[in-house]
Amino acid sequence: MNRIETNVIIIGGGATGAGIARDLSMRGLLCVLIEKNDIASGTTGRNHGLLHSGARYAVKDHESARECIRENKILKKIASHCIEDTGGLFVTLPEDDPAYHRNLIEGCKYAGIEAKEISIRKALEMEPNLNPDILSALVVPDGTIDPFRLSSANILDAKERGSTILTHTKVTGVIKSGARITGVECIDLKGRKTEVYADLVINAAGIWGQEVSALAGIEIKMFPSKGSMLIIDYRINNVVVNRCRPPADGDIIVPGDTVSLIGTTSKEISYDRINELTVDDEEISILLSDAEMLIPNVRHTRALRAYCGVRPLLAVSGEAQGRNISRGIALLDHHERDGLEGMITIAGGKLMTYRLMAEKTADLACEKLGIKKECTTHLVPLPGSEKKIARKSRIKDFTGIPDSVVGSTLYRHGQRLHSILTKNKKNYRVICECEMVTEGEIEYAIKKLEVKDLVDLRRRTRIGMGPCQGELCAYRGAGLFQEFGGSTPEESVILLQDFLEERWKGMKPVLWGDGLREAEFTYWIYQGLFGMAHMDEVKHKKKKILNKDILPADAKTDNKKKKGK
Amino acid sequence: MIKIENISFDHCIKCTVCTMYCPVSQATHLFPGPKASGPDAERLRIKNPELVDSSLKFCTNCKRCEIACPSDVKIAELIQNAKWNYLKIHWFRPRDFFMSRTDLVGGIATLFSGIVNFIIGLSIVRIFMHLFLKIPFRTVFPKYEKTTFRRIFKKELRWSQSEYSKKVIYFHGCYVNYNNNSLGRDFVKVMNALGYGVEMKKEKCCGVPLIANGYIEKAKKNAVYNIASLQKGGGDSKIVATSSSCTFALKNEYSSFLELDNSGIADRIEFVTRFIYNEFLSGNIPKMKPLGIRAAYHSPCHLERMGGVMYTLGILKKIPGLELVVLNSECCGIAGTYGFKNENYDISQSVGKSLFNLIDKAVPEFVITDCETCKMQIEMNTKYKVLHPVTAIAMALDIK
Repeated sequence: MNRIETNVIIIGGGATGAGIARDLSMRGLLCVLIEKNDIASGTTGRNHGLLHSGARYAVKDHESARECIRENKILKKIASHCIEDTGGLFVTLPEDDPAYHRNLIEGCKYAGIEAKEISIRKALEMEPNLNPDILSALVVPDGTIDPFRLSSANILDAKERGSTILTHTKVTGVIKSGARITGVECIDLKGRKTEVYADLVINAAGIWGQEVSALAGIEIKMFPSKGSMLIIDYRINNVVVNRCRPPADGDIIVPGDTVSLIGTTSKEISYDRINELTVDDEEISILLSDAEMLIPNVRHTRALRAYCGVRPLLAVSGEAQGRNISRGIALLDHHERDGLEGMITIAGGKLMTYRLMAEKTADLACEKLGIKKECTTHLVPLPGSEKKIARKSRIKDFTGIPDSVVGSTLYRHGQRLHSILTKNKKNYRVICECEMVTEGEIEYAIKKLEVKDLVDLRRRTRIGMGPCQGELCAYRGAGLFQEFGGSTPEESVILLQDFLEERWKGMKPVLWGDGLREAEFTYWIYQGLFGMAHMDEVKHKKKKILNKDILPADAKTDNKKKKGK
Repeated sequence: MIKIENISFDHCIKCTVCTMYCPVSQATHLFPGPKASGPDAERLRIKNPELVDSSLKFCTNCKRCEIACPSDVKIAELIQNAKWNYLKIHWFRPRDFFMSRTDLVGGIATLFSGIVNFIIGLSIVRIFMHLFLKIPFRTVFPKYEKTTFRRIFKKELRWSQSEYSKKVIYFHGCYVNYNNNSLGRDFVKVMNALGYGVEMKKEKCCGVPLIANGYIEKAKKNAVYNIASLQKGGGDSKIVATSSSCTFALKNEYSSFLELDNSGIADRIEFVTRFIYNEFLSGNIPKMKPLGIRAAYHSPCHLERMGGVMYTLGILKKIPGLELVVLNSECCGIAGTYGFKNENYDISQSVGKSLFNLIDKAVPEFVITDCETCKMQIEMNTKYKVLHPVTAIAMALDIK
């Protein structure tokens, strides 16, 4: 069994966990972050990627709205390469209550959100695909944020400041010494066990925090609320489009990188179902028909995937519905609450306030550990966002490399582009043709960004996230894992299989039209052309061959015996 | 607004057949192929117009990708659009300006054809053009005629046309007018033999070279002029053209690419071989004598895109004594003005190489093809003379 000693253990590699790791590292503490799956693989990566202005909460939840606009301004500064300042619109449809428009303007004013009413003609100029029948339009400082990049950049910074990141490692128990937690036991994918000892354990596991606290014998009750979303093939809008009505299903379309996302539904679920979520047909039809009211072209656009996440809301008595529950931050000091020293839990909140949550948690952690250092995460830019992104035409180091490659890499990795792209032709060979992911970017991700499998690689680079959903890049990526990640050929095939399964899961709910045609074609390539349908037979044959290898060995001893005779 | 008609890229299933058929991406690694430059890149360009690649300029617009596509993606159109919407290469390039104004240059050059032909044939002038205008030294420009076909028609041919009860409107295009009068004469001869009188309307360059060089507004102007002129009078008689690229522009690109309403003429426009094929089919076959020649037939890309090759082959097979070797479908590489530019010369040559080899292997006496720029390229790179199918028929009619 391995043994690690550190200052702070953070359980959970979502945006909050990553943010805490960065915050504490910047205050000079060593952290070990333990994540049972991958960075941003839970709720963090399962939202619509809206950089809230706060307007969505401005009427009902002033505190959240105020937090949002404050963090909005900070994130634009520190995480510029994870953010696109698209601006947002709130539009009133003929079906909507026109009075809400007024309430929203007032709510925004109260919360300090700059909201400006504009003419319908101007709104259509801003977003030409908008439904022309809208009654009114409001501009708010919404934007888009990439949760994968944001978490990854936080992790990268924490790592560069000395922290340790253990992904695909599950916490199996806590180590107690009296009424104090002194560490955790964990196990990784290959079954290797590790004991990590620290002065403080931070439970930042989001919705799974209930399970983590149970390991320590503490009860906290989460309130799981499922939200489903739909991705369509290309950017049908360049501005975030919100429906001007009290938040409800299917009322927002967010442009995210090369695609647009339609969000969201809200549905109460029981806690035991949080790991086996699927999007139902009903949710998909609601999302599509409601989105079509905002942008009519949605009807003609290919749906790529549907996915869902679970909001990590902490249950408070008397509140009945997922949407009405406050998205406020819950920071629990278990010494105060349960008399157990050495552990704190952070829950609630949302992606937008991840930094604030991290700051509050780190403040409490420092107080407990007797460290007197101020938070600086709101001042120091994340790795990649150090400088304002230069116009690609000014980047002369990359002349000769296609602009689409340079531009896409810059978009995803900001200033770290300089450690990714080189003028070596092998470096900028395109592996994922939909999203312009190069071999160099894959090498960088595998070596630097805690990538353990193809699904992780997708979160860091967007490989397989375009319309072909891995049709042409999955096998190339699997091959590169052997080159850069040291996997054996057999392991690469298993990575490939897992990746295709994961892609398939998200496509299944929206398989019709061109998406279905393409899925069938992909199926044929892998199952037919590459023979993956016969994987089990191959494995079986291999076993046989292995057995045969053993047999001659026996035969040899027989021969020896014979010779002896 | 993203128009519904422009979202054919959404149907692409990345089968990559188009890239397999792209003659340019086979010839050079500089062009990533139609899939990458068309449907793949379109999503990126919608996200951010700055993500446009300069490699788009290597596309010859041969449209073989569109023929190959099983998902009906308008790949070539996407690329052409992107080229001129996003690259914005709109500074004044004297070479491209004059090269795309085939009617302007042709009109002047025919006036002084003797001197012009002499001058552009001189090595010193060609060196000058190579260095300053970036026109490859080795290209041979088509000779200019002493007069235009329109003048010939007015003077000699017009009078006899009223004898025929049926009539066709002839869209001759710039090449016949300035560089190859005899094809025009052959056309009139063949039409007359089929019992049709020929009429001509006023016309401007169809716009193909303008589109290829990025003068979209000028192309639109020409297209509007042509649509109006061809619509005037004429009833429901067919508009027939001898250039396959002009035909494709008039019939398809005016509406699909230039977004103009050509519905008044689109149904009446026909490429000459299809027109003749239908006449032959209804039994209207003039008396032809055996030619006694062996010829290789090359199918131009744009004719293939229109689905017109079968008609040309149909009529060629009706010519007695014509031993026809049908060459495997390959692009000749010239692509209008594309091969006349220094930066494209090597690509153009290597695209055409397999065709030139095929021609040499066929050992014909003549090569037959429907397209004027294919003719120039083949004549530049092989030792054979190239005929238009209409000329072949006219030859068979001539034999006494």
